[in-house]
Amino acid sequence: MTSSGAPMVKVDGLRKSYGTVEAVRGVSLEVERGEVVVVIGPSGCGKSTFLRCINLLEEPSAGTLQVGDRRIDFSSRKSMPHGRDLARFRARIGMVFQQFDLFPHMTALQNVMSGPVIVKKMARSEAEGVARDLLAKVGLAALADRFPRNLSGGQQQRVAIARAMAMAPEIMLFDEVTSALDPELVGEVLDVMKQLASEGTTMIVVTHEMAFAHAVADQIVVMDAGQVVEHGAAEEVLLRPRNPRTASFLSRFHSTIGERKN
Amino acid sequence: MVLAVSYTWDFALVLSYTNLWVKGLGVTLAYSVGTVLGGMIIGVICGLLLLVRSRWVTLPVHFYVEIFRCTPLLVQIVWFYYALPIVLQVELPDWFAAGLGLTLYMGAFATEIFRAGIISIDKGQWQASRALGMTAAELMRHIILPQATKRMVPPFVNQSIIQLKNTSLLYVVAIPDLMYTGSIIVSDTFRPLEVYSSVAIAYFVILYPLTLWAARLEARVDQ
Repeated sequence: MTSSGAPMVKVDGLRKSYGTVEAVRGVSLEVERGEVVVVIGPSGCGKSTFLRCINLLEEPSAGTLQVGDRRIDFSSRKSMPHGRDLARFRARIGMVFQQFDLFPHMTALQNVMSGPVIVKKMARSEAEGVARDLLAKVGLAALADRFPRNLSGGQQQRVAIARAMAMAPEIMLFDEVTSALDPELVGEVLDVMKQLASEGTTMIVVTHEMAFAHAVADQIVVMDAGQVVEHGAAEEVLLRPRNPRTASFLSRFHSTIGERKN
Repeated sequence: MVLAVSYTWDFALVLSYTNLWVKGLGVTLAYSVGTVLGGMIIGVICGLLLLVRSRWVTLPVHFYVEIFRCTPLLVQIVWFYYALPIVLQVELPDWFAAGLGLTLYMGAFATEIFRAGIISIDKGQWQASRALGMTAAELMRHIILPQATKRMVPPFVNQSIIQLKNTSLLYVVAIPDLMYTGSIIVSDTFRPLEVYSSVAIAYFVILYPLTLWAARLEARVDQ
């Protein structure tokens, strides 16, 4: 845990290239403890890649990354952590994916227990207590013994959130977690995320849900073509965008923000 | 045609060689089980090596697999039986040299089955496990292998069935399996029709239930 005052996450000049293609081109961001940052932008703008760089599912090509008290400078080669060191780094960061990616050979309960039991070597009885509490919190206490294939997409995604939270992460990353859901199931997942936000969970959320962004974001980051084109308080960015590209991107959503607020 | 009409079948004579038959069957089953187990061990080791991200590791494994997949098994058996001891300047026990080709052949296919099983697991499973903070060993043991082994079982059983049939090739290096035993009984009785029919029936009786079992396993995995 960091001492209060220092940012929970600090990214500086982060770049990620695949061969000659640069997906992330120098992104900087600071996230305070308890803050909710929403990253928006058109498809292919590099926002998911940026998110995946934060827990090192992608290896950044350049820049510095600080999570908690661990700071990594990618300007030199071989700065990427390996093996157990890398695993420990990731264990402090929770991540939820678009396709849920639950473990199909485990029940909902076992999925939520998997992190504490396998990674933290927590006693099963203790992990079960943690997992049952979290499943209750996401409204799935009654479905603890179901396998993922017998759960709806929305239920699976809530299990995935509980699974990530079971590691008691310092920060949660959400990568378009409602994009693969049927429209009627989106709300139940967003509600869980809103609850986490209200409890002070530090979150970075990549999403197309503008109403959600408007409701919970402290900061909004707008990305386009691998760069941050606008960055500021949610109200400012969403309602009075300065950058023309942000304005044109948001124009498609403004009606929805109005609708959902009513 | 005339022969077929006037021929009098005499299975009783052929089956009176009970001791030889039982021994032959035992040798066939022993080589089947032995070479399948040996091949399985090779397959797991080489399959895991293929996951290492270094060409120095994966290239020799690919080389091994392709050599055994792209040369006839009969040639392999004969080569390991006659040529290898000369190359290595060692004297290998006959039973061992005879089984070597079969084992390595099974190992090559088992390697492919193992690798295919591992890479068939969705990428999301790997990334979700990594995101939770699992090490490579933890995610392999708790997430990937439990799912992959289920998918490996049917092709592995199928390959084992083929392997049991392939042991009949040991005939050429005079290992007294079912097939070779048959040829001995033929030279004693001059009854090839009854003997080789019996040999075929024996293989069928062992293998048919196994194929039924394999089909059931496949159906279960597909669920």
